[in-house]
Amino acid sequence: MFDTVGKRYWFYLISAIVVVPGLISLILFGLNFSIDFTGGSILELQFEESVVAQPAELKELFGEFGFGDTMVQSSQGGIFLIRSKTLDPETKAAIQEQIVERFGSYTELRFESVGPTVGGEVQQRAYLVVAMAAVAILIYISFAFRHVTNPVRYGACAIIAMVHDIFVVVGLASIFGVLYGWEVDALFLTALLTVIGFSVHDSIVVFDRIRENSRRYAGLPVEDIVNHSIIQTLDRSINTQLTVIFTLTALLLFGGITMRSFVLTLLIGIISGTYSSIFNASPLLVEWERRPDLLLYALSLLVPPVGLGVGLFVWLRGSEKSRPWARGCLVAAAIGAVCMGLLLVLRGVIL
Amino acid sequence: MLTDRRRTLTLLGCIVILALGAAWIDLPSNPGIHIHLGPINIDRNIELRRGLDLQGGLQVLLEADLPSDETVDPGAMKATRAIIEQRVNGLGVSEPLIQLSGSRRIIVELPGIEDPQRAIETFGETGLLEFIDAGRSFLPPGTVVTTTEEVAAPTPIVPTLTVTPTTELGTPSPEPTVTGTEEVTGTPTAVITPTLPSEPEEPVFETILTGRHLVGATSGFGDLGLMEIHFELNDEGAALFEAYTRTHVGQLMCIVLDKEVVSCATINEPIAGGGVRITREGGFSAEEAESIVIRLRYGALPIPLRVETNRTVGPTLGEDSLQKSMIAGAVGLSIVVVFMLLYYRFPGALADVALVIYAAVVLALFKLIPVVLTLPGIAGFILSVGMAVDANILIFERMKEELRAGKGLRLAVEQGFSRAWPSIRDSNFSTLITCAILFWFGSYFGASIVKGFALTLGIGVIVSMFTAIIVTRTFLRLIIDLDVVRHHRWFGV
Repeated sequence: MFDTVGKRYWFYLISAIVVVPGLISLILFGLNFSIDFTGGSILELQFEESVVAQPAELKELFGEFGFGDTMVQSSQGGIFLIRSKTLDPETKAAIQEQIVERFGSYTELRFESVGPTVGGEVQQRAYLVVAMAAVAILIYISFAFRHVTNPVRYGACAIIAMVHDIFVVVGLASIFGVLYGWEVDALFLTALLTVIGFSVHDSIVVFDRIRENSRRYAGLPVEDIVNHSIIQTLDRSINTQLTVIFTLTALLLFGGITMRSFVLTLLIGIISGTYSSIFNASPLLVEWERRPDLLLYALSLLVPPVGLGVGLFVWLRGSEKSRPWARGCLVAAAIGAVCMGLLLVLRGVIL
Repeated sequence: MLTDRRRTLTLLGCIVILALGAAWIDLPSNPGIHIHLGPINIDRNIELRRGLDLQGGLQVLLEADLPSDETVDPGAMKATRAIIEQRVNGLGVSEPLIQLSGSRRIIVELPGIEDPQRAIETFGETGLLEFIDAGRSFLPPGTVVTTTEEVAAPTPIVPTLTVTPTTELGTPSPEPTVTGTEEVTGTPTAVITPTLPSEPEEPVFETILTGRHLVGATSGFGDLGLMEIHFELNDEGAALFEAYTRTHVGQLMCIVLDKEVVSCATINEPIAGGGVRITREGGFSAEEAESIVIRLRYGALPIPLRVETNRTVGPTLGEDSLQKSMIAGAVGLSIVVVFMLLYYRFPGALADVALVIYAAVVLALFKLIPVVLTLPGIAGFILSVGMAVDANILIFERMKEELRAGKGLRLAVEQGFSRAWPSIRDSNFSTLITCAILFWFGSYFGASIVKGFALTLGIGVIVSMFTAIIVTRTFLRLIIDLDVVRHHRWFGV
């Protein structure tokens, strides 16, 4: 029998290798938010004749109306994509008149405009939505597993796996934003929340088996129960994964180009979700039983202030026995803080 | 045992009826439901509604243009929505969507609209329309005037008119209703005159009616072949207007939009019934009449609005994506069907039948509810196919385990279902939680794409629980009862 739990540190390492580049990109470059979140206008137009309009000329035209930081991209077939601050209807009409006058008539393929206040609200709401989803799921899992000892652990481990998947997807969006100009829009948020839902979905399937097996094999060590449960559900996990991969790949290959980034985000996120539920969420239950200190160190590394707080508290108030814990937290927090500090400095240099 | 079988057969009957019903609804040529039974009249066209991203169109988020700390009256907001709906209907869009979003926003979606710019102008105008008492002085169009009407304040005339004591005239009827118009004759003048402005330099004109009393306006040729303007007043407006005109024959009344005079007209006779004709010597020019009518019809919104978000999608982009997504969906579905068949063999085939029923039921629901189909909505649907299969996979894997443990076929099937159920329930419920949160988020700022996705995924999850469990189980039980399947190999063991 394959010993998933015994090799868990390797699986953690794989997760880290996938997540860390995204995190670095996130800190260095942030996310490329679309107008859904920032407010602004996008005008996509196609000139009818072979017009000699240059992106710079269009940019200049927008500048004359006080839209200096407008970005203009041109692509084949006389198609131009113009991003600017929020255009009100009157200004838009005036600019359009000028475009026709200077460069000839065109067809408006798309126009999107979001007011800055709405954009800001949506962004706030988006964070709220992700937080709400996490809390609601934590509550639900704690409820569904209420007959197990330590139900909150199940919820927490599912949430950790979920955060892992969020980092994978958001990190990916950041990297692709730098490389290919991907934008984080309302659709991305939709994909993210779906990934969250699926991630928890997968975790619950494995947890359900652990729940059942811990009742049946009450005396066995937790490693064996968890490992056995993972193996038992592995066929299901792989097969379900395959069907989702089939359908999404079909969408990716044959679907329209407008959905490509959405589907790719879903695909990667859902694969990550299955991985994390098998190789992170479930082994973490074992970890919590055997080496809870490691969880604390990991948390300290990622969120240094928490590590600092917990470390100091335990150091000052705890018994002699808990000293190594406190030291571990403080060291992890220090390493985390130094890494983030370096990255932030680097970010300052880049910008 | 017999009752068990009977129950299974009953379920099978229900499933067959449901599947046939769904298939009928899914027919592209479905004539819709038209039932006329005495008092019951049902007329529903059943068709798949396509969202903006699939057929092109315009989506606008309008926000009350008031200071953010000012609370917006919900009733006025509702009225504003209704007026916008009226204006939009004037544009001749097939399936417009106009809905309130939160306390101060209105979402307008106009699929397939050809001139989005003009549409926005049409409902973007936010004038306050008034009819004012100009006395005997003619006010040229464009004059800026001061009136007694404050924004959203009640018309000052209303109380004076309704209070008018009918007993003064010795009428036996004690009802002080506005509809008892005969008795009102002549009395308002005495009451109104004192309220007229005494300052001659800065005249404040009496507002007789405002836009909220107006029902409709048209232009047309009158008896003399001259262009006239007609408008219809609601009951309250008609009563006010009759009372006013009775006492002001020969005087001037002006239409004022945003405190600016649009046009003045002489009152020729007392007007009852709420239908009003405005004429002018020499008649109006066609253009002028049209312009006034448009302003009469569209001039008044109880709450000023501004365009906050605006999305226009060209139709060609959408058409292309729809076809591609449909192909993608078909390909994805076929691969899943083949996979299930190859891997789970006999039960896999049953699951495939259940999957087809699932797709038919979901599509029928989309048409019935109706769900506006968007690109992400299609993605949600395709994704939910995966979920539907997942429930079956969970069950079948469980069945295989039980079979391997040496249990009989019947027992293995029953335990496969009962043991897989908690994980199906819990995992699908967590997905439904996310769907609900997404739906709420989508409703908040009018992202119909997000809402469409949440809705289709949610419907898919719920229906999939039904088909993957009830439908597949009924099939399996029936076939085991028929005793044709003996070999475990058929179950992929």
